[in-house]
Amino acid sequence: MNYIDSSLKVVGSRPVRPDGVDKVTGRAVFAADTRTAGMLWGKILRSPHAHARIVSIDTSKAEALKGVFGVVTAADFPDIPSEEAFVGEGPVNFRDLALNVMARHKVLYEGHALAAVAASTQEIADQALALIDVKYEVLPHVIDVEEAMADGAPILHDDMITTGVNPPPTKASNIAKVVTFKKGDAEAAFAEVDVIVEGRYTTQPVHQAYIEPHACLATYSPDGQIQIHSSSQGHFMVRAYTAKLLGLNLSDIRVNPAEIGGGFGGKTLVYLEPVAVALSRKSGRTVKMQMTREEVFRGSGPTSGAAMDVKIGAKKDGTIVAAKQVLKYQAGAFAGSPIGPGCMCGFAMYDLPNVDVVGYDVVSNRPKVAAYRAPGAPITSFAVESAMDELALKLGMDPLTLREKNAAKNGTKTHYGPTHQNIGFTAVLDAVKAHPHWKAPLKEGQGRGLATGFWFNIGGESSAQVHVNEDGSVTAATGSPDIGGSRASIGMMVAEVLGVPADVVRTIVADTASIGFTHLTGGSRVTFATGMAATQAAEKVVEDLKRRAAQTWEIPVDAVEWKDGKAYPAGSNAGAFEPLDLAALALKSPRTGGPIAAEVSVNAQGAGAGFGAHICDVTVDKETGHVTIERYTAIQDVGKAIHPSYVEGQIQGGAAQGIGWALNEEYIYNDRGQMENPGFLDYRVPVASDVPMIEAVLVEVPNPRHPFGARGVGEVPIVPPMAAIANAIRSATGLRMPDLPMSPPKVRAAFDARG
Amino acid sequence: MVKVVLSSGSASQQFTGGETEFEVEATTFRRLVLELEQRYPGLGKQVEESMAIAIDGEIFQDAYAAELQAGSEIVLIPKIGGG
Amino acid sequence: MAKTYVSATINGEQTEFLCETQQTLLDVLRDVVGLTGSKEGCASGDCGACSVILDGRLVCSCLVLGVEANGTTITTIEGIAQGDKLHPVQQKFLEHAALQCGFCTPGLIVASKALLDENPNPTETEARYWLAGNLCRCTGYDKVIRAVMDAAAEMRGETVG
Repeated sequence: MNYIDSSLKVVGSRPVRPDGVDKVTGRAVFAADTRTAGMLWGKILRSPHAHARIVSIDTSKAEALKGVFGVVTAADFPDIPSEEAFVGEGPVNFRDLALNVMARHKVLYEGHALAAVAASTQEIADQALALIDVKYEVLPHVIDVEEAMADGAPILHDDMITTGVNPPPTKASNIAKVVTFKKGDAEAAFAEVDVIVEGRYTTQPVHQAYIEPHACLATYSPDGQIQIHSSSQGHFMVRAYTAKLLGLNLSDIRVNPAEIGGGFGGKTLVYLEPVAVALSRKSGRTVKMQMTREEVFRGSGPTSGAAMDVKIGAKKDGTIVAAKQVLKYQAGAFAGSPIGPGCMCGFAMYDLPNVDVVGYDVVSNRPKVAAYRAPGAPITSFAVESAMDELALKLGMDPLTLREKNAAKNGTKTHYGPTHQNIGFTAVLDAVKAHPHWKAPLKEGQGRGLATGFWFNIGGESSAQVHVNEDGSVTAATGSPDIGGSRASIGMMVAEVLGVPADVVRTIVADTASIGFTHLTGGSRVTFATGMAATQAAEKVVEDLKRRAAQTWEIPVDAVEWKDGKAYPAGSNAGAFEPLDLAALALKSPRTGGPIAAEVSVNAQGAGAGFGAHICDVTVDKETGHVTIERYTAIQDVGKAIHPSYVEGQIQGGAAQGIGWALNEEYIYNDRGQMENPGFLDYRVPVASDVPMIEAVLVEVPNPRHPFGARGVGEVPIVPPMAAIANAIRSATGLRMPDLPMSPPKVRAAFDARG
Repeated sequence: MVKVVLSSGSASQQFTGGETEFEVEATTFRRLVLELEQRYPGLGKQVEESMAIAIDGEIFQDAYAAELQAGSEIVLIPKIGGG
Repeated sequence: MAKTYVSATINGEQTEFLCETQQTLLDVLRDVVGLTGSKEGCASGDCGACSVILDGRLVCSCLVLGVEANGTTITTIEGIAQGDKLHPVQQKFLEHAALQCGFCTPGLIVASKALLDENPNPTETEARYWLAGNLCRCTGYDKVIRAVMDAAAEMRGETVG
């Protein structure tokens, strides 16, 4: 059923979220908040070297320390074969994942885990780690993506033969794969254009920087049953990966989802859980593990850094005829950067006849990259949207007009193949034009930048249950961890279908044993896919309620209608019966068939793509190079805002992360490949005084595939900010900053170089 | 008959010997996968395991039952994740 | 190593505990006293997730030793509400949707209360600089600041509750 054109009573309003009071009083339980009697603390030994062979590991002294109950290394994990599967948030090679969790033979980055201990206190665990004797053969390392691609670079994997190249290379290299997307003939088309812009752009690796470090508890019982309590973006993913990496039965593992303190993609895989289970198995006790902030930076996956070349050719009137991009993305220690989406997203906003994009997935001695909000897209868009700005300048054209002239519309064939359907990009551009920010006069010394962005959004497998309790209240359960308030939106959709106020429905996140399989929370999928499952479950309950009313009144089912939370006889012919509400029907449910409940599992298809456009005003201090964001407006097509406050929140949060990415965030390495800024003092994320109010403008072009028209919203907002800010800096100073972050020393150096 | 287009952004071309566009007889995604596997051994398996398809523009990541109309354009692209 | 006996007033209650010399107040609150509302985000005083009010002063409890708490009065997030009556800051956070994952929220609420205790009429800039020690990665701070300004106005009696 489709509610897109209905008048809605709950969806679109702003009730207080059901888990809100727990979160503002400190009652909400995150993984690290749990302790059990007799539990042990687990800690990981991490490589101090960026690249080294493990010659030997001697754990005997650690094992002998009083208070130590278990020590594990790769010897305690099965040596699983190479196996590619699409699980979680991208193609995963399980062998790589296993080696990332616990190194075998070689350590590939500073921070790489190679052993772990379980002890009665954290202090004893730390002492035990210091007693593990590891003999390393230190090898030359490489960090920078182009250095890793060069001949003679230290090779991380002796068996890495680049795929996507014909004929395949004969020697191993650090290039895992090459991908290409072609439409038309860009080479030939460049000869026909009036204006060309070309540029080289680079970005540094940045971390998702969730405030909650990874944490979990694991209990391996003598009967082989395992309980895991962890903060993750997907407890079914935790179960599957832990089973795979330890060679255990998936059905022997039960994972309970703790509240999660931010993920942004960084918690869509496992680091601690398999280790905690292995330690629990060895020690016979519950093991709790939590990363320190330093471990989060040294040992968990940030997103890629990249080197990119962009070339765009247009006619005098601004019609873009040819576009070319070469992207080199860092994958970290194992293959798997988001190079695919990187190649697809940069030009996805535009209708271009000739496009040529080539992408390289390159390994180097850094933590294996993990997903970060629209993985791959922010990086490529920084290059493309900066180049578009240069093109507008060269053409003497308004940057918005240039976007409008080349905008993708319904029916536009993308350069990566599919044709755009039901998209809202032109509506977004119209909203930019109509917004007061776009026309507001700039103050002296200020500059303004515009940039646009795209993300696919995904659907996937979700399960949801709706129960009517004996008193007529409703419980909605899903398998989707709540990162950003999705519990509220799910409950609202259920309430809308049932015709009751939002606070009649309590929404919970159920564990792996209590609900059907649900794909992890990511890809902006929960409101779309889990919302779809919950809506369908609520519709089933409504059908059931109508049947019970019909039974009670002894009339045919089709003579019953459901409205505003009550069953009514449909028309006076059906009979003059008093309406029956949820409470009345629940009271009689033993007589009308038993408990009132429905569960629906879906594999939601047809997720609607999202488009955004950001306008940013800056001032730049010539002396310090400091960039101040004076005003920020983020406009996005959200399909249908189920709970507008949380949709705005996603947009504001994504924009803020983009601001940090643009201006300050980066990994700083010394010449030994060790990270020098693994803490929030020197890994500088935006603080409250760094940003102004961020105005989120919600454009609603409904996605016909979702019952309420919703699109995913969480990832699009991190795609435009970096170019929007770079373009604003260009507008304010005349300086094009092609390398991220545009931190004060870099901006100051650019001023100095210009003279 | 449906037209299948290989979006080259994957290693699929190794199975087709460089061909990127061809016609296949199929009315469902499932049949398409079986036909592809038969014509280019390895391709069907790859499509099922690591690719998404866009049927006349709409992206499907799974779904054997997804229906293909005569003359539909099927584009094979890498599967999309998220963060 | 012998533990040290500490006595402090925590959220209005006389509380006694034993702790090791090197344990931080954050460790003690979470692992010894059982108040897990204060969170560890960095253990180096950079993120503010562990914010508590110690003898009237906003501090990062990860930068205070447990033994230093002897004889002090401490307010944690668990002591902000009075029974089942939420503090205006807590109420406004809910109304303005000023939280998403909720992990930084206890620290932000404690810090906001400390702000309004000291300055009942902050400007937006003053609020932003006061709260600059509390990192939030989810919200971009927009709704947080709105909630704090709105709570301040309500506490000054300027809006109808």
